[in-house]
Amino acid sequence: MANQDFPLIFELSQESRTGFSLPEMDVPEVELPMDDVYVRKEAADLPEVSELQIMRHYTALSKRNHGVDSGFYPLGSCTMKYNPKMNEDVARLTGFSHIHPHQPEESVQGAMGLLYDLQTTLASITGMHTVTLQPAAGAHGEWTGLMMIRAFHEENGDYNRTKVIVPDSAHGTNPASATVAGFEAVTVKSDEHGLVDLEDLKRVVGDDTAALMLTNPNTLGLFEEHILEMAEIIHEAGGKLYYDGANLNAILGYARPGDMGFDVVHLNLHKTFTGPHGGGGPGSGPVGVTEEMVPYLPKPLLAKKGDKFVFDYECPKSIGRVKPYYGNFGINVRAYTYIRTMGAEGLKKVSEYAVLNANYMMRRLQEEYELPFTQHCKHEFVISGKRQKKLGVRTLDIAKRLLDFGYHPPTIYFPLNVEEALMVEPTETESKETLDAFIEAMLQISNEAKEDPEIVQEAPHTTIVKRMDETTAARKPVLRYIKEG
Amino acid sequence: MEFRYLPMTERDKQEMLDTIGIKHTDELFADIPEKVRFKGELDIKPPANEFSLMKELTQMADKNVNTKSHTSFLGAGVYDHYIPSIVDHVISRSEFYTAYTPYQPEISQGELQAIFEFQTMICELTAMDVANSSMYDGGTALAEAVNLSAGTTKKKKVIVSKTVHPESRAVIQAYANGPGVEIVEIGHKDGLTDLEALEAEIDEDTAGVVIQYPNFFGQIEPLDKVKEILAEQKKAMMIVSSNPLALGYLTPPGEFGADIVVGDAQVFGIPAQFGGPHCGYFATSKKLMRKVPGRLVGQTTDEEGRRGFVLTLQAREQHIRRDKATSNICSNQALNALASSVAMSSLGKQGLKKMSWINIQKTAYMKQALKNQNIQVPFDGAFYNELVVKLDTDIQSANRRLLEKGIIGGYDLGQDYAELEGHMLIAVTEIRTKEEMDNFVKELGDIHG
Repeated sequence: MANQDFPLIFELSQESRTGFSLPEMDVPEVELPMDDVYVRKEAADLPEVSELQIMRHYTALSKRNHGVDSGFYPLGSCTMKYNPKMNEDVARLTGFSHIHPHQPEESVQGAMGLLYDLQTTLASITGMHTVTLQPAAGAHGEWTGLMMIRAFHEENGDYNRTKVIVPDSAHGTNPASATVAGFEAVTVKSDEHGLVDLEDLKRVVGDDTAALMLTNPNTLGLFEEHILEMAEIIHEAGGKLYYDGANLNAILGYARPGDMGFDVVHLNLHKTFTGPHGGGGPGSGPVGVTEEMVPYLPKPLLAKKGDKFVFDYECPKSIGRVKPYYGNFGINVRAYTYIRTMGAEGLKKVSEYAVLNANYMMRRLQEEYELPFTQHCKHEFVISGKRQKKLGVRTLDIAKRLLDFGYHPPTIYFPLNVEEALMVEPTETESKETLDAFIEAMLQISNEAKEDPEIVQEAPHTTIVKRMDETTAARKPVLRYIKEG
Repeated sequence: MEFRYLPMTERDKQEMLDTIGIKHTDELFADIPEKVRFKGELDIKPPANEFSLMKELTQMADKNVNTKSHTSFLGAGVYDHYIPSIVDHVISRSEFYTAYTPYQPEISQGELQAIFEFQTMICELTAMDVANSSMYDGGTALAEAVNLSAGTTKKKKVIVSKTVHPESRAVIQAYANGPGVEIVEIGHKDGLTDLEALEAEIDEDTAGVVIQYPNFFGQIEPLDKVKEILAEQKKAMMIVSSNPLALGYLTPPGEFGADIVVGDAQVFGIPAQFGGPHCGYFATSKKLMRKVPGRLVGQTTDEEGRRGFVLTLQAREQHIRRDKATSNICSNQALNALASSVAMSSLGKQGLKKMSWINIQKTAYMKQALKNQNIQVPFDGAFYNELVVKLDTDIQSANRRLLEKGIIGGYDLGQDYAELEGHMLIAVTEIRTKEEMDNFVKELGDIHG
């Protein structure tokens, strides 16, 4: 460790220090029937630190991190909205946090009732027949949904449906989930308006099509206006329509995937429904389906019998179990709390304001930044750093320069079908003052690109570390701490 | 109705509409075809104020019997351990929990370093070279390990011991259906994997063998002997699922030559919360480093030579490789990995050993007390945290009676193992007192008759 380096917790360690107070050993110690081969010889080298040292260490680390509570976080496709504090308190109630998944059902009726109400509510929001809360995250939901589609086709003796169509603007998880579910991913192109090219769709669709995966609005923040035609094309070919719910925040109460013809839908409760992102997780990725697809839902199903909630394991056509226990309950509790806070009226306002905020920013930024698709957007939009690139300033530089203003940059270089893409999603929880300040920063950067490009190219200037050497990190990976000497 | 999470005012709204050049926000939704525009009422309860909703949800929570109101002897993969107060204080720092995945290293050094430290701790516990930044849980981590072994060896058969957690086995099967991996389960003998059956089943088509250590019954599987059997098929991988707390006392799987070690760090600082979110971990040997699913944090330096951390080897991942990625995982359990890191840091080198030891000793006490009460404990091998007992009564009704006495009873093994009808899996951790165990044994004795 060099002097200027921030210490690792292992570097604070000193023998015989502890930060833990263990319960008493109140039973007589006995000799164990354990072969010496299975008794650890060398203790795992965990850090030996006091409680205050731990608290200071992690407090210092937290200060080296930017969250939504630290400042604006317009990361496109990620819906970095405010994470209500009440949700955190509810999830920590003892009766929710300290219950075991294998307790007798009659002893956890409160928890099961909450989950039942949540799945019914999500079914209504999406216009689907039934919702399972088991998938742990969006990608997990995608895979679950695709496995159901696969089971459906196989049930019909349709073993040749090996292909899943994904737009070129799709999230990386879509093609990856298709592969993991045993399909081959095929790409459909976007047209000049940023929407799925219907002609190309007709070309790639066929009797080998298992499904089309679609995000609507898509990752450009544009609503796929031809959704009904697309549904018809896919359904006529015998395929299923899969909805990636990453962008549901744009259409709550305005439109429902079920009404657009989607057969299977996943949601990201950690995006639209305020589950905190946690620095990467945990999330929750419920899946909703049409009545026809219900038999394939993962086991167990949460059902209501009379006034009791039960887990139903009698589902012979089910794709099986996708996760131990019943999903990320703690995240589901947070989402439920949020939905109950907002109601139908509040959720519709969420989408109204998310979309209004995005359009406002887009119109103000389009003077200085190239706007590849000019129609109204939904909850997010994509601009291009093409003009700035001509001046020698790349989109990456713009992103890094935004750090100097205290902002988390937008998503960059995604979607893949826009050159030098910057994908901005303000969310509805940001005030106009915040949006204006960010817009001013973006305009200033554009100006700097013309007049003083170096300041952008060499950014960031104010962060605790400068740009990282990612090439060496990948070429000579150091993935754990090793004690010196 | 006012909404405290929505700062929009009428004045702001008007200014924004003017800038856009429209009169009403409905114009922004005009591209949604008339036919699919939603005109009904969503089936959602009306918005609730903070006080009333908190009251209602507290009442809902209070309806659940919990491990604070009752004394729990239920484990079966999810354990009731002491969680130091400091854990929740750290993960409640909103710079951590309101952040996204650390894709911008300059403003994410806190999260990146915390993950790097987590990776190091998991490597230490398992004696493996590489650990990732977390998986959804132990069960899905195991399923990913199975598919990884098949993908890497280009073989299609994976042998899974029936002493592996039944729900993990179910998840393995569901995941295996994607790439078409054949799962062959082998039975147990006296609560341990039937090694003769393993030897008979293993062949040149075998991609991997899955063993849980300690196993679902709490028994310590002989990993050394498993490795010897595997020596005949050099390509087949040894995949071990391990309770990481047990590795404070047990020889780590890495020392027995495991290729992949997975499990759940729930035992470190994460409450049961009805089964999730917990925290899967995934550790491998160095040669599998570029095949590991999920995010990895690596150490590097910045332009001025300062140590720092970045997400690395991303060519494995879905956002770069798309359909060629080694897994589709994106979101993981980062915040829970942080919780586990704090709990592990609290314990430290000596504390971990000691806590692991107390867990074993208390389980040993329980075993003797059960025997003294003439309750049969059929599996007599070395054990950790869990014991199997045979009762002459139906387990579900026994648990109902225990619940009336303020006790959450054990897991009904009959639901997964026909031969273990009337058997209960009982968990003991460091927080169970002698008095609680004595009382439980007495109550169980009364039920047993």
